[in-house]
Amino acid sequence: MPEPLLSLSGVHTHVGPYHILQGVDLAVPGGGVTALLGRNGAGKTSTLRTVMGLWRASAGAIRFAGLEITKAATPDLARGGIAYVPETMSVFSDLTVRENLVLAARAGPPDAARLDWILTLFPALRTFWSVAAGVLSGGQKQMLSVARAIVEPRQLILVDEPTKGLAPAVVANMLAAFAELKRTETTILLVEQNFHFARSLADTVAVMDNGRVVHAGRMAALAADDGLQRRLLGLSLDSHQ
Amino acid sequence: MRFLRALLSDDLPRSRALSAILVAIFLGLLFAPFLFSGSQALNAAAKILYFVVLAASYDLLLGYTGIVSFAHTMFFGIGGYGAGLALYGWGPSWSSVAAGTAIALVLSVALATAIGLFSLRVQRIFFAMITLAVASVFAILASQLGWLTGGEDGRTYQVPPLLRPGFRLFEGEIGGVAINGRIVAYYLLLVTALVLFLAMLRVVNSPFGRVLQAIRENDFRAEAIGYRTVLYRSVANCVSAAVATVAGVMCAVWLRYTGPATTLSFDIMLDILLMVVIGGMGTLYGAVIGATLFLLAETYLQTLMGAISRATEGIPLLPALFHPDRWLLWLGILFIGSVYFFPAGIVGRLGRDR
Amino acid sequence: MSASLDTTLKPVVPPPDWLPLALAPVLALAALPLVGSPATWATLTLAGLAMGMMIFIMASGLTLIFGLMDVLNFAHAAFITLGAYSATLLLGPRSDWLGADSLVLNAGALLVMVALASAVAAAAGFAFERVIVRPVYGRHLHQILVTVGGLIVAQQLITAAWGPVQVALPLPASFRGIVLVGEVAVERYRLVAVAIGLVVFAAMLLVLNRTRIGLLIRAGVENPEMVEALGYRIRRLFVGVFVAGSALAGLGGVMWGFYREALTPGMGLELTVLVFIVVIIGGLGSVGGCFVGALLVALTANYAGFLAPKLALGSNIVLMVAILLWRSRGLYPVAKR
Repeated sequence: MPEPLLSLSGVHTHVGPYHILQGVDLAVPGGGVTALLGRNGAGKTSTLRTVMGLWRASAGAIRFAGLEITKAATPDLARGGIAYVPETMSVFSDLTVRENLVLAARAGPPDAARLDWILTLFPALRTFWSVAAGVLSGGQKQMLSVARAIVEPRQLILVDEPTKGLAPAVVANMLAAFAELKRTETTILLVEQNFHFARSLADTVAVMDNGRVVHAGRMAALAADDGLQRRLLGLSLDSHQ
Repeated sequence: MRFLRALLSDDLPRSRALSAILVAIFLGLLFAPFLFSGSQALNAAAKILYFVVLAASYDLLLGYTGIVSFAHTMFFGIGGYGAGLALYGWGPSWSSVAAGTAIALVLSVALATAIGLFSLRVQRIFFAMITLAVASVFAILASQLGWLTGGEDGRTYQVPPLLRPGFRLFEGEIGGVAINGRIVAYYLLLVTALVLFLAMLRVVNSPFGRVLQAIRENDFRAEAIGYRTVLYRSVANCVSAAVATVAGVMCAVWLRYTGPATTLSFDIMLDILLMVVIGGMGTLYGAVIGATLFLLAETYLQTLMGAISRATEGIPLLPALFHPDRWLLWLGILFIGSVYFFPAGIVGRLGRDR
Repeated sequence: MSASLDTTLKPVVPPPDWLPLALAPVLALAALPLVGSPATWATLTLAGLAMGMMIFIMASGLTLIFGLMDVLNFAHAAFITLGAYSATLLLGPRSDWLGADSLVLNAGALLVMVALASAVAAAAGFAFERVIVRPVYGRHLHQILVTVGGLIVAQQLITAAWGPVQVALPLPASFRGIVLVGEVAVERYRLVAVAIGLVVFAAMLLVLNRTRIGLLIRAGVENPEMVEALGYRIRRLFVGVFVAGSALAGLGGVMWGFYREALTPGMGLELTVLVFIVVIIGGLGSVGGCFVGALLVALTANYAGFLAPKLALGSNIVLMVAILLWRSRGLYPVAKR
């Protein structure tokens, strides 16, 4: 079995007085989508933030593409091929859509063909090309946030709840875009509350509770096992959404 | 012992060394009129008294609530001018002192409330900036409204007869010292300082004080638990302002003079900041030690620096750096050092041994 | 489907917020009947504009430093003073240029002094960021305390170097005196100050809106974490902005020094009060707000100084309170994460 693209072993994270991650073990195989599920406060967002170097792991090891990155700084991780789409979207609201994307292309002007491809994934962004990102709708901000993460090819994308609070039509657009992205062999670590969304995309799945990964396996297996779903995910997930 | 414990609101000094220093300061202040001769020493002791109150009330804000204010001297000044101008305008009676104090307290609390309303909702930094702006404008206004305040010269006035140097409490002497009005005034200050200090100790150890500290540690969490942080901060701001006002009254009564240089100047604000940080933020005992140390340093450090300055004459720059007027330079460096290396100040350094 | 997205989710684009921009002209017009004489009014207005430009230059650095890294640098005052004092270093060597009856030589001297002031303040800012500010990033209380400590030390060092008494900073000969435009007496140096202020403002807008660095600064003001997640080292950006902000403080300081033609060690701190009011009025972190705020504060101070001299400074507090009642985070609040 090849080494996973990203792996966490025994990762602990403290934020202020709180012990949030309590020994996370997680393997994200390259080239597919891994869904990270669990109820609110289980530590999913904290896991992404710790991988991205926004919070510092107090113990344990994180490896990415064969390198130890536990102590790496956020900008170095981004340069090394990890992109981050935070839960709060965090588009730069004072900047236009264009400026947001220009900034995201760190190496130079964005590649025209790739940009064109992104704008076909998210046509709304083309329409509002010169509009300040702050006035976009929630869904459009989310599209921009994802677009910003993929404007340059990245090996691994960390995505935190891309469907949160979105209208069904936008969720469908998002799903199509991620499916397209998946076809380009980009590895995605997807935190999601919407089980339907996660099931449609993910190959592997990990479920977190109380700062630990309590289940890991094939998505297909979890999707087929109602009892396991109920036990792991409880009532907090609405599988009919 | 149980009585002492109750008096100190169960908040005893945490180490032997600290207790010893505090007891020494207390005894020194208690017997100052008999231990040190001359009005110079008594003036220094009285200054320590009202600066202990001032620094402690500032610590209530800075150390216990984590708010940086630059308006503390404004409240100090309001107290000073309140009592001073009342004595000047309405004659040297106790009712003047009382009325002046009352007016000053009302003004201080109103101002503190207004400033809090405007800035405590937003960010700590906002509060720091707004207090700096308001306080400096207040200081300039005070010096410009000459008809009322006496301008830059300030006002000199008489105090009630009981507190005048010519007054004798009784004929005899104690320990060779005649008990005149100055000594009565000194003990009036001492009792006031003690009462205020113990009251503040009570406040910080009350449930209210614990909430303040919780807010300082994590205001989001405190808010989430359901405390209205803005309200708590505003009340703390008002209490702190009120105590500073009384410290101003103490200063005005003792000096028999009130002017910008003794109350409102930004230099005094920096002095208070230095006292609290060097003494130790978040512990009222730190304010006692900080104020005492600072005021002693003000006198003795300058003497020492004068000696160094003379000794280094001929070497470029050094004499200028050790000029007695540059003593704040060295305290400033000490201040930065303490923020970095021992943020709990001297009290933190002395540690805890229980 | 994408078509329906475009139409159904069309953002309601709010019109640009022009209202604060109207405040300064409205204030100026409102003051006209109160002042009475149009000539006096014109002189006061120009004085206000000149003062506003200088305050803006000093305040813009502070507001950017704050916006980008949440550092409120109380020692900004020291850079103002330091800039002004360092210009006096050239008084000896270049006095022939200053006194010469030649606009070119005078302007050259002014330029060199201004450049020196900015450079010295920039260097001091670089050192200050390294030694004083860096260890306490992200800790607000400590930051405020440490920069206040830095202010005390810097002010004392300046006093030690140049002495506690007032130092003269004479204007080059060509920029002294007045020109009469009709009945209006226009001080030459005020025109120069307005011109320099406008150039600085235009340059800042250009950098912020047209360059990558500018985009990064604007993005960083809003969300430094996300800028890092995109692969930029925000620390480096911040050092740059800190140095540039300090240079602006020095520039503002020397301009103010020429305006007053005299320097004192406490001048930076006195100006900081106005600078803080401007930054608060404008909205912490907003350059545009800072510009409007500076004009408002300076115009108010000048009109009030003429109408009710004793209350001139109080008028700025009234202005600040009025603005905060209207917009509690300042004219142009900066979106924060």
